[in-house]
Amino acid sequence: MLDTLKLPERHYLNNGHGLKSWLLTKDHKRIAIMYLISISVMFLIGGLFAAAVRVELMTPEGDLFLADTYNKMFTMHGVVMVFFFLIPSTPAVLGNFLIPPMIGAKDLAFPRINLLSLYLLWVGAAFFFYALFAGGVDTGWTFYTPFSSSASNSNVVPTALGAFISGFSSILTGLNFIVTIHRMRAPGLTWFRLPLFVWAHYATSLIQVLGTPVVAITIVMVAVERMFGFAIFDPVRGGDPVLFQHLFWFYSHPAVYIMILPAMGVISEVVSTFSRKTIFGYSFVAFSSLAIAVFGFLVWAHHLFVAGISTYSAMVFSFLSFAVAIPSAVKTFNWAATLYKGAISFETPMLYAYGFFGLFLIGGLTGLFLATLGVDIHVHDTYFVVAHFHYIMVGGAIMGYLGGLHFWWPKLTGRMYSEFFSRISAILVFVGFNLTFFPQFMLGYMGMPRRYHAYPDEFQVLNIMSSAGAAVLGVGYLLPVLYFLWSLKRGEVAGPNPWGASGLEWQMPSPPPTENFKEQPVVHGEPYEYTPHVAREANLV
Amino acid sequence: MGSFGIPLFPEQASTFARDVDALYFFIIAVSGFFALGVTVAVIVFGIVFRRRHAGEVGARIEGNLPLELAWSIIPTMISMVMFGWGASSYFHMRTPPAEALNIYAVGKQWMWKFQHLEGQREINELHVPVGRPVKVTITSEDVVHSLYLPSFRTKMDAIPGRYTHLWFEATKVGEYHIFCTEYCGTNHSGMIGTVVVMEPNDYQAWLAGGGVEGTLVERGQRLFQDLACGTCHLDTGKGRGPSLNDIVGKTVALADGSTAVVDEGYLRESIINSQAKIVQGYQPLMPAFQGLVSEDNLVALVEYVKSLSPQATTTAPAAATAPAAPAADPTKKK
Repeated sequence: MLDTLKLPERHYLNNGHGLKSWLLTKDHKRIAIMYLISISVMFLIGGLFAAAVRVELMTPEGDLFLADTYNKMFTMHGVVMVFFFLIPSTPAVLGNFLIPPMIGAKDLAFPRINLLSLYLLWVGAAFFFYALFAGGVDTGWTFYTPFSSSASNSNVVPTALGAFISGFSSILTGLNFIVTIHRMRAPGLTWFRLPLFVWAHYATSLIQVLGTPVVAITIVMVAVERMFGFAIFDPVRGGDPVLFQHLFWFYSHPAVYIMILPAMGVISEVVSTFSRKTIFGYSFVAFSSLAIAVFGFLVWAHHLFVAGISTYSAMVFSFLSFAVAIPSAVKTFNWAATLYKGAISFETPMLYAYGFFGLFLIGGLTGLFLATLGVDIHVHDTYFVVAHFHYIMVGGAIMGYLGGLHFWWPKLTGRMYSEFFSRISAILVFVGFNLTFFPQFMLGYMGMPRRYHAYPDEFQVLNIMSSAGAAVLGVGYLLPVLYFLWSLKRGEVAGPNPWGASGLEWQMPSPPPTENFKEQPVVHGEPYEYTPHVAREANLV
Repeated sequence: MGSFGIPLFPEQASTFARDVDALYFFIIAVSGFFALGVTVAVIVFGIVFRRRHAGEVGARIEGNLPLELAWSIIPTMISMVMFGWGASSYFHMRTPPAEALNIYAVGKQWMWKFQHLEGQREINELHVPVGRPVKVTITSEDVVHSLYLPSFRTKMDAIPGRYTHLWFEATKVGEYHIFCTEYCGTNHSGMIGTVVVMEPNDYQAWLAGGGVEGTLVERGQRLFQDLACGTCHLDTGKGRGPSLNDIVGKTVALADGSTAVVDEGYLRESIINSQAKIVQGYQPLMPAFQGLVSEDNLVALVEYVKSLSPQATTTAPAAATAPAAPAADPTKKK
């Protein structure tokens, strides 16, 4: 059956050749591919910094790197992964590629601004690379003052400007998505017929547009204090160092939801497709995305529970932090219920979705420990926190992103990858991840502080386990690079809808033509309609 | 307290430890229950409802409102139990008992300096008596640090420009870690030390062995004279600055019409940035001592001014003024 499938003659990948046809494209799909390549490179660089950190931590003594070098390693790991990989990841690659076809549109509302967003990310990255080659930066990705503004001798300003500029990339992408989702839906595609992937990106975009300017201003304040000596955060001159923490986390806590919400959107699509069933409680899942976006702005001070804020404000922020946990719990229950009476199969994207369940559950539930004031005082700024946010931002967000990449790869490229190796990689990532980060919860409760170059001997066993896990995880992350590249030439031709999915994007040829649809699609039914009739139409029987 | 040779929590050496660990295990139990439930459900569903032939589709189930409300509301209620328990523990941790022994901590890149009221000063080592509440007032000379005592399950940031505090009551004689948990630059992971919990008698003996410069109050009094503070701050209240007698804990009216409560933070600010709050009826004449008085000396000055308000000073010294021990470097222990 598959032998008869052929790639379409004309598609977005062969519509124009040469570098110029890519660099000046307005096609959201080509921009998405350029994002994919860019952030994959950044992920590799961020991963190398992480590997350096894990190797250093195999012994209690700080024996591999100088303390300053180590501090730069974890700082640049964080900066690269947060600003140049995680924040763009799912929205800029998968969202960019898929939101227009999912809503039956030819492109995003502002194709040129979309290209500008990509260029801004590149310019931001250029500043980061300048900082890197000029000697690196050692403030931690959090840039806490007055260390960053007065004490550090490293390249704070270029790094901060890199983050500042890439922030505008994020703002413009969010703006583009909001306008596109409002204005460009196909006839018949009402709000409650939108795929949950689109709802998740809508919520994400709100955070990007409303939150990112705050961190941009904060970064400018640090730069201005450093360069021109304005007293904003430096207490010696009347500034307030804790003010920085409020401003920084006002964005950077919601930023976690910029990373995880799109991944949740992916999981909704994958779970529905591979169980051939509509999402259980569509509106609960859709509204929980919005609830997370709104509550996400009201919890920032839980990063300041030991920063001398008043006892009562700490209680308010603790309470609100529990409130934001509820919509995430609701989503998880709804996904589990979706599986009930489904017709479930376990191709690679579904394996990633199952991996996401496991890691996101642990990541989400360990958030409860940190929201609980009495426990947070003990584990604040220890490895417990490091483990928790990696479970969310790596376990959750990257499992979602990789699951999505495997799910839509045939749509992106027209070809299938090796099912065997991709399953191996999904399992390696899951096992390696848990081995890396679960011991860090125990380290944290034992009291090991984060950002330590050297540590007391009693923490060594757990650190060795963690470093061993990181090696497994590294293999799990590298494998997809190989089989994805292999699939470009040799992969089986996928056809328009290899999974038998119901979304509009699967009605396009794979890879799609530049204009996505030959004629304007009209939507008549509900999302996620899997009936025997649909199955027959999709040639699944 | 270990399993398979891997310890699960640090020593329980303060009155907080048992409560924090109990709360920790309570949350583990609750989240373990939910994690296990969801995990079992997705695995069982994955097996029972696996696709048996290519054309099979799932049942059309759109949702179930009562069920969804149940799994929104029940977790909310359970989380409120965690919130309440955590908040009450925290309130307890943030409320030092009135009789607590007062110790000052100053963080600087990359060491912890502690000063006892009796005059002992130590670096990266903190001696405290067992079974007695100890309040540590914390500040920093440079960047943000965080004073972390894992065996006591407590920590607090050391923030330049202000005083923060934590308190604990040690329950077990021994030596425990002190860590800095707020990243502070090059030697962050070297900013560690030991808290030495001693029997009260040993502690008294230790106290007696140091303090060449006299008590903290005496040092503060000398600084007060050296800096000529008394020229304006006359006891009579008729000086160019307000009298400092019996002001601690009082509310003072300020020149801009607002009021302020006189506490350690207020005293510190009024010394280094004297123009920030001017007491009503006085001129802003006092020079700012920012950069002229070290944090260690500020602590001494603050303690001296506090000693002028005897009825407000709730923290009695642990021992009578210790005689100056000859030839002991105050920064070295034992």
